Amino acid sequence: MSTPAKNLEVWHADDSFYKHVEEACKTLYIESLKDLPPDVRTALEKAYENEELESGKEILETLIKTVSTADDEKLLICQDTGIPVYFVKIGNQVRLDGLRLEEAVRKGTERATLEHPLRSSIVNTLSRKNHGTSTGNQVPVMHYEFVPGNEVELLIVPKGSGSENMSYMTMLTPAAGIEGIKKYVLECVFESGANPCPPTIVGIGIGGSADKCAALAKKAAAREVASPNPDPEVRKLEEELYEKINEIGIGAHGLGGSTTALAVQIEAADTHMTMNPVAVNMMCWPARRMRAVFDSNEAPAITY
Amino acid sequence: MAHYRLQAPLTDEDISQLQAGDTVTLDGIIFGVRDANLIRLFDKGVELPDDLIPQLDGAIALHTAPGVKKLEDGTYEKVSVGTTTSYRMDRFTRGLMDTYGVRVIIGKGGLLEEGCQALVDEKGCYFTILGGSAALETTQVEEIEDVWWEDLMPEAIWKFRVKDFGPLIVSIDSHGGNKYQEVKNEARKNLDEIINNL
Repeated sequence: MSTPAKNLEVWHADDSFYKHVEEACKTLYIESLKDLPPDVRTALEKAYENEELESGKEILETLIKTVSTADDEKLLICQDTGIPVYFVKIGNQVRLDGLRLEEAVRKGTERATLEHPLRSSIVNTLSRKNHGTSTGNQVPVMHYEFVPGNEVELLIVPKGSGSENMSYMTMLTPAAGIEGIKKYVLECVFESGANPCPPTIVGIGIGGSADKCAALAKKAAAREVASPNPDPEVRKLEEELYEKINEIGIGAHGLGGSTTALAVQIEAADTHMTMNPVAVNMMCWPARRMRAVFDSNEAPAITY
Repeated sequence: MAHYRLQAPLTDEDISQLQAGDTVTLDGIIFGVRDANLIRLFDKGVELPDDLIPQLDGAIALHTAPGVKKLEDGTYEKVSVGTTTSYRMDRFTRGLMDTYGVRVIIGKGGLLEEGCQALVDEKGCYFTILGGSAALETTQVEEIEDVWWEDLMPEAIWKFRVKDFGPLIVSIDSHGGNKYQEVKNEARKNLDEIINNL
């Protein structure tokens, strides 16, 4: 249980806040597609050092070269601009208009797409018509969390479809236990093979209801690499699955070797006594994310 | 495992000599296709534009929908050209090959059983380009030479001129060799053992 923050000034969002949100979301979308977070870079370099299969090492070398080419030439790392997903954290000392916030996020996303320009990947699910703006009905996908403090944090995850199409969810029985969870995750990674662009960050949700569990898996995948879950039991499971996933032999781009996952990260919620839900959501090797942190109506800090 | 430098379109000899595991660097013309344009062609039965059909004979197809910028003269400038996952377009492989003469598919993730069989029957092969590596791929695209079915933007059909395109991995060859399948067979054994020891 978290305790509400004390001794912090409550602040009220004004017009300039929503303007900054729009600008920030334009920046976040474009820059997240070009600038890979440092923890992911480190994980790729570590994987390169550790990979023993020569062809796997060559693949990892090309991935690292791609990142430096994107840096040098100011290019998008991957052409897939993804489906824009936002994780929003709102401090309990902040007073804002949620609808205006969402409108600013949408506008920033559209402006990034039209002004850069970026490929719009968002279509009507039935007609398949592309809106050309990277936005649409309930897109960007928004997740909200209320936290103690006086900050508003917007984390963008432009989620590539190669990995998102390799998403899984099941309701195991209590009798399947932890072993059932492990087996399910391992089978999912195996089945996905080369498709999610391994080495991936394997995000796993356990517990909750079916919808909560799927959201937890995405939240886990969006975590910084090497940010273990604080719960020691959950962390143990992360470590064990990381080791076992990399023993399967799928390897970088599904062409063999010991580099199938850069990290395994789990988010857990409690669940019903009859349920044992598990969801898997993977982040492709260019695990793109970027965040803006506001502590006032001024321009935000932009971080990874 | 050998490395080849090849000029598109490829000859029968070019293709036949390639073995799964070889690598290729490519120069020349490749055509970008993917979900929406292949669904229109094969599922909705809309014939390809007349000037495109003869160009596909012997051609190399790339599974892609690039990010582009339209210029005032109506041509397109590259923003980001990368490769998408191939299994979604698997069932169109045979049609592309036997109806239109496409010989090589470049994609990521490999093909399913049906697409692999089409490669063997039509003596074609599949090159893997590393997914997510669009920054590198984009620098190897010299020009967007033509575009058809622009109304499907960005899922139009694209004609790219490429130079030093690669590294491409011959993951499925014209003789039935398949790197992905080899890896999966081995991985299945590993996985069964891991699960038995849980």
